[in-house]
Amino acid sequence: MDVLMLSRIQFAITAAFHFIFVPLTLGLSLLIAYMETKYVKTGDETYLKMTKFWGKLFLINFALGVVTGITLEFQFGMNWAEYSKYVGDIFGSPLAIEATVAFFLESSFLGLWIFGWNKVSKKTHAFAIWMVAIATNLSALWILIANGWMQQPVGYVINNNRAEMVDFMALLTNSYGWTKFFHTVFSGYVVAGFFVMGVSAYHLLRKNEVDFFKKSLKIGATFALVSTLLVAGSGSISAEEVAAVQPTKFAAMEGVWDTQRNAPYYLILLPDPEKERNAIEALGIPNMLSLLAFHKADAEIKGLKDFPKDLRPPVMPTFISFKLMAGMGFLFILIAILGVFVAFKEPTKYPLFLYLLLFSIPLPYIAGQLGWIVAEVGRQPWIVYGLLKTADAVSKGITVGQVWFSLIGFTLFYGFLGVVDVYLLAKYSKKGPDSDTSTLLNLTRTKEA
Amino acid sequence: MEFQIIWFILWGVLWAVYFMLDGFDFGIGILHNFIGKTDGEKRQIINTVGPVWDGNEVWLITAGGATFAAFPTTYALMFSYLYTPLLIILFALIFRGVAFEFRGKVEGQGWKNGWDIAIFLGSFIPALLFGVAFGNIFQGLPMDDKGYHGSLFTLLNPYGILTGLLFVLLFLMHGSLWLSIRTKGEVRVRATALSGKFWTLTLVIAVVFLIYTYFATKLYDNYFNMPALFVLPLTAVISLVAIKPLTAKENFTGAFYASCVLIFSVVFTGVAGLFPNLIPSSISPEYSLTIFNTSSSVYTLKIMTVVALIFVPIVIAYQIWIYRVFREPISVDDVVTDKQAY
Repeated sequence: MDVLMLSRIQFAITAAFHFIFVPLTLGLSLLIAYMETKYVKTGDETYLKMTKFWGKLFLINFALGVVTGITLEFQFGMNWAEYSKYVGDIFGSPLAIEATVAFFLESSFLGLWIFGWNKVSKKTHAFAIWMVAIATNLSALWILIANGWMQQPVGYVINNNRAEMVDFMALLTNSYGWTKFFHTVFSGYVVAGFFVMGVSAYHLLRKNEVDFFKKSLKIGATFALVSTLLVAGSGSISAEEVAAVQPTKFAAMEGVWDTQRNAPYYLILLPDPEKERNAIEALGIPNMLSLLAFHKADAEIKGLKDFPKDLRPPVMPTFISFKLMAGMGFLFILIAILGVFVAFKEPTKYPLFLYLLLFSIPLPYIAGQLGWIVAEVGRQPWIVYGLLKTADAVSKGITVGQVWFSLIGFTLFYGFLGVVDVYLLAKYSKKGPDSDTSTLLNLTRTKEA
Repeated sequence: MEFQIIWFILWGVLWAVYFMLDGFDFGIGILHNFIGKTDGEKRQIINTVGPVWDGNEVWLITAGGATFAAFPTTYALMFSYLYTPLLIILFALIFRGVAFEFRGKVEGQGWKNGWDIAIFLGSFIPALLFGVAFGNIFQGLPMDDKGYHGSLFTLLNPYGILTGLLFVLLFLMHGSLWLSIRTKGEVRVRATALSGKFWTLTLVIAVVFLIYTYFATKLYDNYFNMPALFVLPLTAVISLVAIKPLTAKENFTGAFYASCVLIFSVVFTGVAGLFPNLIPSSISPEYSLTIFNTSSSVYTLKIMTVVALIFVPIVIAYQIWIYRVFREPISVDDVVTDKQAY
């Protein structure tokens, strides 16, 4: 394998690994902020216990999210130097702003939150976790504005052999970035909702801390339901955006080979990239694909055959990832509806459903990873759509040996960290809330008195 | 002033603040196994930086991000040329961060010993390699229009290693002074005693470094052209010397601040000598990466200046506030009774 392929694999592995931890952080930070606010407002100590229990899991997860994020920033320069030179003028800004505006806020206030229980007032403490939650979501906004620019480059001119920024507002208001932002953070909220539901279900099955986990389940299920609807809605807008901006990706997602008007939507579909057609097409809903993409029955959908072969993305990975992700999205809505129904009834009476919730924990994670495959593999062969090819973006000065070394290093190191993290998450999830918050409560009270 | 110059200064400030802050994290990370005799003492030491280390590390990410945004060509070439050393630094930093968080999560001697080693390596390796990297940047890298003609081992030249050693010593002294103001009891006594020894070693190495710099680098050229710049190494020397009487008077807060000034001015002594280069070429000046031939467009620099002017002061304000919240020195008991602590 050459430096290009190895670097691509390495970026895929490190980005995918980073994104195991990010979605839970996005959603769980908000839930914990809500729990702690409830505690501050009502004084109900169950909410304090909740804040601490879910907070502990949040921190174990957060630790890996934050450290694996640095890798990505370094890699742009290490492995993708030609890319960085070519687009740094416009792409570097959102990254620098992300660090300045979001990372500082997130890490500084998280430190205050972890260690500040007896140092600051209850209100200030709750304020700290809100800052963390806001900063985490802000960080998602800036990185997705950066990624949105790779999907739909705007606000630049080619000058001095590179893309130079001429319109910051265009970058900032790039519709592709915003659509991705909403779709991504909502998918993170789904992960968090399902995580809270699943862990609560585990304890309810064991009749452990029933009251505590019933309350948690209610919060998790409500959040999950709202989020699954939002992620589906933003997903549909995302797909429209793709159809408008990246016809090759859209054609691969939907298995469209020939450019057509009044394109039908096939419920059963299987592309055959060898023969450049679909092996199976059945149960077509007339005009539906044109309607979904452009809200017009006779809208034209570009087919893959309109593009030279070397400008088409790998069809099968894009197609399968997209269809699986979208299918899972609908499944999540169903589970979340049932979840709300069960949570507000008597959850312990539905053990089978509780098992379903427990085993559903990984599903939104998988859907999120599939979504990134659609976004990134579907954009190929471009690294910046229509502007710069991935093959032209890789560093020139690095050797195959160096990248093998780092790739193997990352795989082993991340593998090890992943195992430890899952072990700790499982350990503290199973352990349940700390029954003894009394000492801390006393300390908090002493401080206030 | 030209925007390239503003960003050159900001670039230097970001690195200097990063080393000033994460420097004591590295220091205590290297020392915690040696100063802390019991698990409680080790935890006491780690917990002094618990609330702040992550916020300190973000200065590095911001320095990297600012290099990317303001000097993309330097960012691209610096990171790809220094591929392997940066990878090692990265692994070490990841290891350290995870170790802080995970160390206390399982009761077990083997578990804790393992993460203690991780904290040590995760602190020592970046401290040393950042020094080696900057030493080599001060000297210039063997690069021309065809690329970089060095390897990991060409970086390990005498001047690079000397700079690495200087960084490690500065951080050791910085970390032990930090412990002198943020801990109580035995740990504080040991840390204070050590800070004196590190002071002597730092003084020796710093003098050697300042002299060797004259022979190994062209940093002083700028100083002879613009003698006002000598205020930087002078500040470094004065603050280093001042640490001795301050610690003798048990004014550790003063000594720690002096150490902050010291690290800041050492980094800036180097940075001022580099101007207008970000990375000089040791082959020929025409291949040097300067702030003019690698910068972003003026439009981008203007936007980023506005962002920095608004947000950096806000960051500094809340970070100072958080430092003040945790200003009380902590004891072993504080840590052992606190379930939220590391």
